[in-house]
Amino acid sequence: MSGNEISYAIIGFLIITGSLFSLISAIGLIRLPDIYTRSHAATKSSTLGIICVLTGSFIFFVIDQSYVSARLILGIIFVFLTAPVAGHLICRAAYRTNVPLWDKSVQDDLRHILKRDDYNHKSTEFE
Amino acid sequence: MFELLIKMAAIILSVSILISTYRVFKGPTMPDRVIALDIIGINIIALVGVVSVWLSTQAFLEVILLIGILAFIGTISFSKFIERGVVIERKRD
Repeated sequence: MSGNEISYAIIGFLIITGSLFSLISAIGLIRLPDIYTRSHAATKSSTLGIICVLTGSFIFFVIDQSYVSARLILGIIFVFLTAPVAGHLICRAAYRTNVPLWDKSVQDDLRHILKRDDYNHKSTEFE
Repeated sequence: MFELLIKMAAIILSVSILISTYRVFKGPTMPDRVIALDIIGINIIALVGVVSVWLSTQAFLEVILLIGILAFIGTISFSKFIERGVVIERKRD
């Protein structure tokens, strides 16, 4: 077994694992009860899956064509930095616009701080 | 074998895009739809990576960066619109 076949096996393992993580994140997106648990499923496992897939394709281009792609490294770093930030912002917007929690959830620590029941939009009163 | 693995990964990513599309149509509130669209964008990035491995070409690697930046900016602007009602706020004068 040559080294080339071993590296192709590693590439295939990374790509299949990443796509399975994406599938698990999509299943969590339709199975979980409210927006906060859905974003918990969506951002974490999908970010890990795409990092696995892009690392596999980076190793593929290094092995197959001996081409070190800076764009793939930049894509990995960019997705790793920005996907949790996007999840945080959309959850914050959901909490501030009174999207309800799951009716079986037992703890809401932000309720006393933000007073979510009488929160209303200030910026829409400009027009 | 390697070709088969790449094709299976493309099929799995397409299935996960379809499953997320269900959440875009169904989702009861606005942030559900936004987060499902964000997941669709991220899966499209992975699909572009898999397709460029499948065709063994380097021509599509800019698309990864481009779709990543566009999905991030879209999610940011949608969340700001949901939270404040405007995307770009006016100056107070």
